[in-house]
Amino acid sequence: MSFRSVTLGLAVATLMGGATLPATAQDSIYVPLFTYRTGPFAGSGMHIADGMHDYLEMLNQRDGGIGGVKLVIEECETGYDTKKGVECYEAVKGKNPVIVNPWSTGITLPLIPRAAVDKIPILSMAYGLSASARGDIFPWVFNPPSTYWDGMSMIIKYIGDKEGGLDKLKGKKIGFLHLDASFGKEPIPLLEELSKELGFEVKLYPVAAQDMQNQSSQWLSVRRDRPDYMIMWGWGSMNGGAIKEAVRSGYPMDKFLSVWWPGEDDARSGGAGAKGFKMLNWHGVGTTYPALQDIMKNVVDKGLSKASKEKVGELLYNRGVYNSLLIAEAIANAQKLTGKKVVTGEDVRRGMETIKLDPARLKALGLEGFADEIALSCVDHNGHRPAFMQEWDGSKWVKISDPIAPMGDRVRAQLEAAAKDYAEKNAGWPKRAEACDKAS
Amino acid sequence: MLYREAGQFKTTYFSDMAVFRLREDRTGLAVVVVAAYGLAFVGTDFLLQAVLIPFLVFSLAAIGLNILTGYAGQLSLGTGAFMGVGAYSCYKLMTAFPDVNVIIWILVSGLFSAAVGALFGLPSLRIKGFYLAVATLAAQFFLQWCFIRVPWLVNYNVSGALDAPLRTVFSIPVVGATATSQARYIVVLTLVIALTWLASNLVRGRIGRMWIAVRDMDLAAELIGIRPLQTKLLAFAVSSYYCGVAGALMVFLWYGGAEYDVFNINQSFFILFMVIIGGLGSLIGSFFGAALIFIMPILLGIILPALLVPFGLSIGAETIEHLRFMIVGALIIFFLIVEPHGLARLWQIGKQKLLVWPFPY
Repeated sequence: MSFRSVTLGLAVATLMGGATLPATAQDSIYVPLFTYRTGPFAGSGMHIADGMHDYLEMLNQRDGGIGGVKLVIEECETGYDTKKGVECYEAVKGKNPVIVNPWSTGITLPLIPRAAVDKIPILSMAYGLSASARGDIFPWVFNPPSTYWDGMSMIIKYIGDKEGGLDKLKGKKIGFLHLDASFGKEPIPLLEELSKELGFEVKLYPVAAQDMQNQSSQWLSVRRDRPDYMIMWGWGSMNGGAIKEAVRSGYPMDKFLSVWWPGEDDARSGGAGAKGFKMLNWHGVGTTYPALQDIMKNVVDKGLSKASKEKVGELLYNRGVYNSLLIAEAIANAQKLTGKKVVTGEDVRRGMETIKLDPARLKALGLEGFADEIALSCVDHNGHRPAFMQEWDGSKWVKISDPIAPMGDRVRAQLEAAAKDYAEKNAGWPKRAEACDKAS
Repeated sequence: MLYREAGQFKTTYFSDMAVFRLREDRTGLAVVVVAAYGLAFVGTDFLLQAVLIPFLVFSLAAIGLNILTGYAGQLSLGTGAFMGVGAYSCYKLMTAFPDVNVIIWILVSGLFSAAVGALFGLPSLRIKGFYLAVATLAAQFFLQWCFIRVPWLVNYNVSGALDAPLRTVFSIPVVGATATSQARYIVVLTLVIALTWLASNLVRGRIGRMWIAVRDMDLAAELIGIRPLQTKLLAFAVSSYYCGVAGALMVFLWYGGAEYDVFNINQSFFILFMVIIGGLGSLIGSFFGAALIFIMPILLGIILPALLVPFGLSIGAETIEHLRFMIVGALIIFFLIVEPHGLARLWQIGKQKLLVWPFPY
């Protein structure tokens, strides 16, 4: 009994004490990173976490932070679990975070309405709520550089190119293997619209979250239907599972295309048979860029990174770097806009809206040619940037196409419909009150 | 010494039948309730929003499952789905009739969950034990399938997710992003106290005794005149009602928006573990179980780094996560070995020992 009461007392005491952790020092900028190095999505999540962390740490080591202000980088483990993500959000909220990156659509959704209230911008890079591309409705949410509708239209355009024109798609059969969740279902309306117009047939193969690693039934149907092309919308272990099954069932790999989420590990899991697998991507792989070299020198070689050396520069690692590049650029912009050194979430929101990464700026950051230029504005929180197609050659990704522009009018139509829908459903959704800055 | 029965005479039948027959129990409970309300005013946002609200929500769901599994003896793995029914029906009601007080809709949404629960409880008349668990597993998968597949449930929302529109009670926002954690906490706490009080009366009365009779031996129960179909279905309905209300509270007063995935099978297991560790057939055990399974990992996440910092050690977020898993796992095994009947039994033993302390006979 005494043991119980002691532990209980201890627990209550720690809870009260721990909940009021001292806020971070005034001369630093607090950047929390929501990461998942545990759980079913850790295989993808840890590389992204390493990339995000290492780029910011490199800025700390090389430049002493941003604008001379040190960044306090803190990881919070979410395990891709909404419960824990919301807990992380509550835990970091009191420490004046300048931005949050949920890295899960499930965690992003509850945070979207809170962002405006807590004055903490959300960066959900190419995931989350697609309608949040509309800055006039969602001033606090950013999802650059492309929406899933952009991605789908690019893939269809690429297939059309290969066949010799979009009109040649008539009579073809395209299979759509997707995670059976809002993430995977989002591009379906656009796909169906295009199928009606261009005359190709769409076959849907939903994969429920619990059988991501066991897709034999879906691939049995694929073998029966024999689609001319397969398009995949997956995350975590679903990607690797699909590539493995595709190899096993002898599906022609060069006709198997995916949105931007598989990584090297997924492709490797298919063995030699995975050669020819294609996916969209919008940034470079490898460590040839000066900024990546700086990460090697200042972070990895000093033992400050959790990534093993050969993983640095891989696709998902660099995806994390891109994410941190946007954070860093937004902070730098915010400092320029406000003239303050230590910026707040409100300032960084403005910094995010004035992001303008043109080739000259990228070169200055040591990332020349790393990614296509992107500029965000108060209205456009996405950019709708083109992406290129890359192919797995058995050991690495090879860029095989020029940047493919999305079908802008189609995407806009989807976006308008979604945003209108959202405004109708949420009658009380606040009008944008935030002023608009000129691009710096 | 402080906790004794001596000298407290029951002079009426009413006082002899009271839930809390000891003055000390009553004052203790009053102190806990007052302290719980007091925390609304002194607790930080983190404490209220990330610790206490979820704890209360899970406690309510655990009470729901405890009614079914602990009192009526019907094993169920569909808790997560029944919570989902509550959340989705609350969303539909809230958006269809926006002017009605949201607390009414939270309480009414439980009725939908109860109806669905009773429907999936029908097989319980013929199948028992693990086989029934498998039948309720079907409810879990079927309902989860519905949440993804029926866009009507989310008002054809493109994102397929539930969102929490602004709703006020006495013109104080309690649902939606502008609601303070204080307001949310007070609403959740009040509902949980009210429903717990209802449950405690339910399980002590005629209905509760019927459930216990069916649990202990359904053949004998039938012979003494208890109709098993009605009794079991009532248990399913009441249990699902509690789970449904918990689900609505979870989405609208805790998360403030959610995807179908929060009502997956893991949620069902999570609550089943709370019930088993807390103590089957005990209401206070539901609270203990929720505390151990939900609050313990959060505490460890705060304590472990605090313990290591003085030694100059800093450990990564994921190491803490792994340590949390290991320690919570070990504690679960420890408690189940020390007391297989759950934390509630430990609590009971403690109270009995205290009654005769310091002179045990």
